[in-house]
Amino acid sequence: MSIYAYIFAMALTTYLIRVLPMTIFRKPIKSRFLRSFLYYVPYCCLTAMTFPAILSSTASMLSGAAALVVAVFLAYRGKSLIVVALSSSAAVLITEWILALV
Amino acid sequence: MNWEEYRVGVNRGLPVGMGYFSVSFGFGAMAVSQGVKALDAVLISATNLTSAGQFAGLTLIVAAATLWEMVLTQLVINSRYALMSLALSQRMGERIGLLPRLFIAFFNTDEIFALAMAREKPLTVPFLLGLGTLPFLGWTLGTLCGALAGSVLPVSIRTALGVMLYGMFVAIVVPPAKQNRDILAGVVLALIFSCLFAWAPGLKTVSPGLSIVICTVAAAGICAALFPIKDEEAAA
Repeated sequence: MSIYAYIFAMALTTYLIRVLPMTIFRKPIKSRFLRSFLYYVPYCCLTAMTFPAILSSTASMLSGAAALVVAVFLAYRGKSLIVVALSSSAAVLITEWILALV
Repeated sequence: MNWEEYRVGVNRGLPVGMGYFSVSFGFGAMAVSQGVKALDAVLISATNLTSAGQFAGLTLIVAAATLWEMVLTQLVINSRYALMSLALSQRMGERIGLLPRLFIAFFNTDEIFALAMAREKPLTVPFLLGLGTLPFLGWTLGTLCGALAGSVLPVSIRTALGVMLYGMFVAIVVPPAKQNRDILAGVVLALIFSCLFAWAPGLKTVSPGLSIVICTVAAAGICAALFPIKDEEAAA
């Protein structure tokens, strides 16, 4: 399938999600369950996307694991988004250098 | 057009724009390393303006998934924007008409939403458009630079940059999970489900996009039933 069909589908879906509540629904969601569900969605979704995919995203599982450990540690210590992202990236580079040496 | 309001919005959006540049650099590099053309990666960023959704979308494109999987995945991953648009819509009030809303909605990302809601004065159209300007430019140009540099950089650097997106997700999830036991429960559930889909016999044949949707709906659904939010959390 053409990549443009995918891009169109994802852009349209994402835009409709953003634009419909802003233009049509002016009243707040009443269902407590639905509000709770939407509240948890980002955290659950980002977690499911990150693990275990991060382990297979690099040349070796060890470097992926190093990226994860560094990111979790720094994020736990309250470091900013950019610091965490760059450090996990550096962890991959350093681990793969070391692996190439041994 | 009130240019003073626009300028205030642009100034507030600057740090977000810089952050987006570095993260979308990773997206561009990753897209090219997986066989997507540089300009197609830029087109994805310019039309979607969302990190998690694009990242999942890229996985689906590479896996040659169906369009329905793409739509369903975006619906689930980006459903949080519906809540944000809803909240922002109420904050904007009746003064802002339909036409500007069509533009403002496009720029409603997690960070821009947070900045908009934090404004001490009533929201105006120029302010909201100003807020979106630098993040949009940063996101699009970062993707372009990442995609171009990505194709001349060695594979080791490219994979290392691609990992930045995962690093960003970790940075978004860990601090609230540390503060809030209910969110931690959701994260742990999502981890368990996601591992089952990756390694359990039978389940691992499910496509990556669909498994993300199932893991998210299951974990968030269980948490919503067991630990419903209080009203102040919903308003936050």
